[in-house]
Amino acid sequence: MAVVLDKSHRWRVVAAHIGLISFIGLTLAPFLMLLSISFRPGNFATGELIPSSISLDHWKLSLGMSYQGADGQLIEPDFPVLGWLWNSIKVAGLSALIALLLSTTCAYAFARMKFVFKQQWMTSLLLLQMFPSVLVLVGIYAIFDRIGAYVPSLGINSHGGLILAYTGGIALHIWTIKGYFETIPVEIEEAARVDGASPFQAFRHVLLPMSLPILMVVFILAFISGINEYPIASILVQSQDQLTLAVGSKQFLYPQHYRWGDFAAAAILSGLPITFVFLIAQRWMISGLTAGGLKG
Amino acid sequence: MGRLLSKAAPVMLLSLVVLAGLYLSLQVYLSGQSLAAVSLVAFLGLTIYVYTATRAYNYRYLFPGLVAVLLFVILPIAINFSIGFTNYSSKHLLSFSQATKYFLDQTYTEDGHTLAFTLHPDGAAYRIRLEAEDGSIFQTPPLALHATKVNVNAQPPVAGDAPLAAAVDTRTLIQNLKALKLVAIHLPNGMTVSAAGLREFAPVRKQYVKAADGSLVDQQDGAVLRPDMTEGFYKNAAGEAMQPGFTTGVGFAHYVRIVSDRALSEPLAQIFIWTVVFAGLSVVFAFSIGVILAVLMNWEALAGRGLYRVLLFIPYAVPGFISILVFKGLFNENSGEINLLLGHLFSINPNWFTDPFLAKTMLLIVNTWLGFPYMMLLCMGLIKAIPADLYEASAIAGAGPLTNFFKITLPLIAKPMTPLLISAFAFNFNNFVIVALLTGGRPDFLGTKIPAGTTDVLVSYTYRIAFEDSGQDFGLASALSTVIFLMVVLLSLVNMRISKTHTSEPA
Repeated sequence: MAVVLDKSHRWRVVAAHIGLISFIGLTLAPFLMLLSISFRPGNFATGELIPSSISLDHWKLSLGMSYQGADGQLIEPDFPVLGWLWNSIKVAGLSALIALLLSTTCAYAFARMKFVFKQQWMTSLLLLQMFPSVLVLVGIYAIFDRIGAYVPSLGINSHGGLILAYTGGIALHIWTIKGYFETIPVEIEEAARVDGASPFQAFRHVLLPMSLPILMVVFILAFISGINEYPIASILVQSQDQLTLAVGSKQFLYPQHYRWGDFAAAAILSGLPITFVFLIAQRWMISGLTAGGLKG
Repeated sequence: MGRLLSKAAPVMLLSLVVLAGLYLSLQVYLSGQSLAAVSLVAFLGLTIYVYTATRAYNYRYLFPGLVAVLLFVILPIAINFSIGFTNYSSKHLLSFSQATKYFLDQTYTEDGHTLAFTLHPDGAAYRIRLEAEDGSIFQTPPLALHATKVNVNAQPPVAGDAPLAAAVDTRTLIQNLKALKLVAIHLPNGMTVSAAGLREFAPVRKQYVKAADGSLVDQQDGAVLRPDMTEGFYKNAAGEAMQPGFTTGVGFAHYVRIVSDRALSEPLAQIFIWTVVFAGLSVVFAFSIGVILAVLMNWEALAGRGLYRVLLFIPYAVPGFISILVFKGLFNENSGEINLLLGHLFSINPNWFTDPFLAKTMLLIVNTWLGFPYMMLLCMGLIKAIPADLYEASAIAGAGPLTNFFKITLPLIAKPMTPLLISAFAFNFNNFVIVALLTGGRPDFLGTKIPAGTTDVLVSYTYRIAFEDSGQDFGLASALSTVIFLMVVLLSLVNMRISKTHTSEPA
């Protein structure tokens, strides 16, 4: 931009830096406090933001180890944090895999095949996606209660049921993958068809290898939303060892049983890897968000 | 070999699915749900058709995905809608036939006709010896005691019978008690007795017998229970409801209640207002901060923008349930770090969780913190698309940065932002997670029949009615969520209209 810069411009840059740094300081302060709290002895504020003595007790508990308390008593971990994290990873990973499988085949049909009411199918899928599942929790509960009467491993209080419930949310993934398929020239598959490949072979051996990036993106998006999901998990799983992290973490902060320091360590331990995955995926997320948004 | 396998694998998979499905339908049918069983079989038939008929080839790719959407998105909506017209709740969990069966399964042991019993081994099996109060003796043939129901006749001992072995000790008796309880012994006088303790068998009778008109007659005192199909209870002659109740249709009763029951509609109106205020202010605050940051992030004179952007993005990257709980701890009134700081700096100690206004303020602060990075991302993309010559022209005209922002940037991003802001409003309108995890809707209104919170939004209130402290009234909760559902539909329609006019006009 060929614009003559005046003197006030420089001050504005400095002011912007100061403003940004203090704003970032303010927004990230909770995490710095969390870090300090996780090393502070005891579960209640002792009046210091920077702990004068470092204690690893909270970290030991969140890693599932016991430690010697001040009165010589052995203190056992209250909550299976690592178990919850593993439950979350298991449920989110499997549901993301199933969602990927279902949405890829659907997207292929929508992008490449002809059938009746194609446009209507797609629009209704997108509309359905707009409604938050939290509105139909009673319906979801009733369905899985019924399923559980015949197949207990897919009913209430099972990870199978939770995974199944998450696979319904594939409409957005179908749209994302379909958009990507449409950027790949159909001539490549047609060439494979001329060479005698079936539609499935063209899909499996030509289109899928070329779409690996978008499949990765959709998997990560589905995985993250599975980890973060709270409402459905809170009604479908009940017993302590079956909980996902999103539902279980809440228990640290019950007023009757306040475990602030333990929560801090557990939150950092489990939150860091998820945040890391999210930050890596953010580049695709941004393009996905804005593209999806602009299409309305 | 490999080709053969790849040809056989789909066939085997399909047969496996069909077999499992048939087995399941049989189970469903045997449990009395014949309608569900028939639809299951019909669904299996459709599956076979889609995966074998050449005409349905294209649908093979769609089928699994559409089934998942049908089962876990559309079906819950339909069920939710229909439950809104029933009294399904913790007091009315069973269906009518299940509740009836419950009453018919009730038994009682008759007083005054107990028989002492002893257990005698006979090889690997056992024989039971009963002695009535008048001294008459009955013996069963040898029984294998497994945990299954057994019906057996007992006869008085006949002369010439082999004598019984010595009775087992108490320990063996206790080990076999569970199996013994399942043994029903028919005596020659027509009485049927079951184990009523470690030493006794007693006559067991059905408590209720179903009469021809559908009422249940109590065999002990002759009382008559009649089903009340409007209230969902069996009632005795005095009109008292007997537990358990059953699910029955109540028509529009819940909807009428929502509108006309003042105990329900007054807190509901306040919750609705707060929901709109919360969603609106959350969007306004997050957008205001987001758009300023986006302008800064697009300012080429600013060095280190890449680093700033990552740091500003972090609140969005941390899983929501973790950061909300972090704030819950930090805002804690007694031991939270925020009050610790405020106490040191200003000597104040705000009651974030017990004062309704402060609790609402806290919700808005946390939600703005969670939401501004998303707004920043959206605005950054839109601002980047504004042609640079507009700013050059305004610089030549001598305009400052504020004029640029209000006269160029804001008007140009306003139009494409509108549908996104409405979506954000709709999202926050239904933002269950932040309310559930941060305040749980509390502090509650005083003096309401069903607990309702001052910070509850509509969805969290519905959740409380269905799954928490407010009586597990699934029916009412479903009716309420149907109403919210219609509001969301309305919002989406408005949004679609706006975004349509936006895209049809050349930008």
